[in-house]
Amino acid sequence: MTIKVSMKVNGKAASAEVEARTLLVTLIRENLRLTGTHVGCDTAQCGACTVLMNGKAIKSCSIVAMQAEGAEIMTIEGVARPDGSLHPMQAAFKENHGLQCGFCTPGMVMNALDFARSHPNPTEQEVRESLEGNLCRCTGYHNIVKSIMAGAKAMGGKI
Amino acid sequence: MHAFEYHRPASSKDAVSLVSKKPEGRYLAGGQSLVQAMKLRLSSPSDLIDLSALKDLTGIRTSGSTVEIGAMARHAEVAGSAEVKKAIPALAALAGTIGDRQVRHMGTLGGSLANDDPAADYPAAALGLGATIHTNKRKIEADKFFKGLYETALEPGELITSVSFPVPKRAAYMKFKNPASRFAMVGVFVADFGGKARVAVTGAGPSVFRQAEMEKALSAKFAPDSVAGIKVKPDGLNSDLHASPEYRAHLITVMARRAVEAALK
Repeated sequence: MTIKVSMKVNGKAASAEVEARTLLVTLIRENLRLTGTHVGCDTAQCGACTVLMNGKAIKSCSIVAMQAEGAEIMTIEGVARPDGSLHPMQAAFKENHGLQCGFCTPGMVMNALDFARSHPNPTEQEVRESLEGNLCRCTGYHNIVKSIMAGAKAMGGKI
Repeated sequence: MHAFEYHRPASSKDAVSLVSKKPEGRYLAGGQSLVQAMKLRLSSPSDLIDLSALKDLTGIRTSGSTVEIGAMARHAEVAGSAEVKKAIPALAALAGTIGDRQVRHMGTLGGSLANDDPAADYPAAALGLGATIHTNKRKIEADKFFKGLYETALEPGELITSVSFPVPKRAAYMKFKNPASRFAMVGVFVADFGGKARVAVTGAGPSVFRQAEMEKALSAKFAPDSVAGIKVKPDGLNSDLHASPEYRAHLITVMARRAVEAALK
């Protein structure tokens, strides 16, 4: 039995007929075909599936899609500027070599966007704490921390 | 995950009446424990009754002697609340250390208490402060609420609506995090109500519990030295690949001492 779920994704209305047990990340990847949001661990630990729901970073593998009914969702596909140029946070990741394989990067960037809004000039310690729910297996975090500090400054508190 | 039917009632009354018709139905608060348990098929409810539209379960109200928090208050909301920070800073600080920031945007106070995970943080605050859990039917003292491993005094279908925390003179929470999962291996909440102290321990046993010997010592004198020499018995404490009962018993004393130090700062 399916149920209709509707939400706004990256500014556009999106809806799908899904089973109630469909996770938000499954809806995003398989129904909406937005595959920038990744599934790393599927157990709420790695944060690769992080998206913004009504402006707040959440793990899209940890809620069912129906919990996002009527919500505004932002995925990594909605982050770059309309002309295709990189968002300041994405540019900071590129500039500071904040990624190697890139698998965790969408989740890192989405979490960083939400974090940077309330921390326009964060300390290294604050950035490290903000990454508690995001795992990276390549970089050892140093360059990710640098990227987020630079990106946050460039954002000036605004996504 | 097994299939289920999803419902999003608009009022607490509708939620309670829905669940009464679905014996295998469960309330869904933030879902940060329940959805994971369902994915692992440790839980397979026939129906999920999503509480996210229930406005009467939200909000934070302070009067002089208590802070009342709606059951659907998200951890991030409590951690960031100016009112909670002012009245019971230890409670706001505790909420700010639950899980990670993404989890804190979804997880709720009521969900955490109803789930009663042996390593959850909120039960330590509820028991340590002697909170009152309000439900759709009655008020339950924290001392009578936590029954055992994932077990509470809640009856089938009973819904937590809010929790009232008495404001202590001072309080603090210290936890020793499991280095991998970051869950509390042992967490100790201490509260000083002026000559009457409460000490609640999470992570160490099947469910949160009070430590009578420490409470007695801290009620006489609220100082780190009062608890530093207390040797906790390991009997009945959790044993797993992360820590033995003896190690957890040792950590209780260390965390209690550090919590008292933090409360006095």
